[in-house]
Amino acid sequence: MIIENFHHKQSAHCESGVTLSLLQHAGITLTEPLAFGIGAGLFFGHLPFLKVNGVPGTTFRIWPGYIFKRVCKELGVKMKVEAFSSPEKGMAALDAALAANKPVGMQSSVYYLSYFPEAWRFHFNAHNLIAYGKEGNDYLISDPVMENITRLPGNELEKARFAKGFPAPNGKMYYPVQTLGNKDLTPAILSGMKKTCFFMLQSPPPFFGYRGIAYLGKRIRKYPEKLGARKAGLFIGNIIRMQEEIGTGGAGFRFLYAAFLQEAAVITKNQAFAQMSADMTKIGDEWRNFAFAAARVMKDRSGNLSTYTELGDMLIALSVREKDFFTRLKKLL
Amino acid sequence: MNKDEVPQDKKIIHGQDNSLVKVLYVTDNSGNYETTKYTGWDAENLAMSQAWESIDEKIEQTRQQVIAGELSPIAYYMEKSLMDLPTLAQYVGYWRFRVKRHLRMRVFRKLSAQQLERYASVFNIPVDQLKHIPGQP
Repeated sequence: MIIENFHHKQSAHCESGVTLSLLQHAGITLTEPLAFGIGAGLFFGHLPFLKVNGVPGTTFRIWPGYIFKRVCKELGVKMKVEAFSSPEKGMAALDAALAANKPVGMQSSVYYLSYFPEAWRFHFNAHNLIAYGKEGNDYLISDPVMENITRLPGNELEKARFAKGFPAPNGKMYYPVQTLGNKDLTPAILSGMKKTCFFMLQSPPPFFGYRGIAYLGKRIRKYPEKLGARKAGLFIGNIIRMQEEIGTGGAGFRFLYAAFLQEAAVITKNQAFAQMSADMTKIGDEWRNFAFAAARVMKDRSGNLSTYTELGDMLIALSVREKDFFTRLKKLL
Repeated sequence: MNKDEVPQDKKIIHGQDNSLVKVLYVTDNSGNYETTKYTGWDAENLAMSQAWESIDEKIEQTRQQVIAGELSPIAYYMEKSLMDLPTLAQYVGYWRFRVKRHLRMRVFRKLSAQQLERYASVFNIPVDQLKHIPGQP
């Protein structure tokens, strides 16, 4: 069974990609930057005590599920979101939804997705993908970060959906059930921007938003003396990975947001957003420079204090720029 | 970022091409956004390689410890599956301290067939394999 008129579209980020494909199938015209912007996907958080394999967690995105939930709410889409206590129930519900001709979005663990190259498969439990059909025991999968559609055996999908650890997906699946048709996007866009400004300027210090960036900067400066050269290198490497790999991270998200601001300028007929878009592009470039410098520091392996101080300073400068950016954006709303 | 600056650095890890063709939002020469595809970037490749080096090192270390009788094969397969103790404990459904005990060779020898089966299924290997690790006499 295949849902015939479903179209796969490769995206920069898994959740905005899934949101886009599901809503497009439901008849709503949208782009990935719009989904990301309306969904207020941009974020920053650094939690030194929340360690994964001994390395502190850094996030460049809002928590999983938020973008989809928010875009649906803003655009008047009723959706069904379910989580399950047992894999049997979860897989049965998936089959039922597919039989009812609904493409289904799911949260899953990358570790069990065999279509990824081996080196990518970490226990990362917040990846999103869509099933749009089933043939024999194989599910037809549209994974937004993959170039092409692919397949996954049922037992692997089941493992991916019911992976343990943090955050446990518990078989979470979602799909729109009712839409209001296309409506004016302007209020949704402005509301999405407001929320992002709130997250970046006002979420609890010191861990989140622009304060979180400065906080991480201050910690990086002390990495070599506190952790030793080897561990400091690992911590830095993890920041780059969170920034660049899983879900395209820091710089990629900034470019995605800049693309959103550019589209917003056209839709809301407010040229000020086009200027903001150009500013955000520069901030994204700066994040890329940071990743580049961080990679050099990591490669050096000497744990040279001055290079870590420079890295920290780069982040503190970025924090100032983002604070300024979102303060100005907020004034435009 | 301008589309002319997009890197195309493939990712080679464990001697294999691990590049994914990904989408990036870039500006054209007049500043308008569009998407482009790219296969990877040296900075991220380096971070990824470092992560794997550290994982491989940890696996090898654990393997030596198992051979020396300091740890049970569960420790080896745990590292091999990229899990840490809390994750493994959740997968097998035991308390952490219990799993920690099972990492000791003396305790491991006394595990019931059922318990071994539980670990083996989490690691996706046959029970016989769980009792041995590669390179063990």
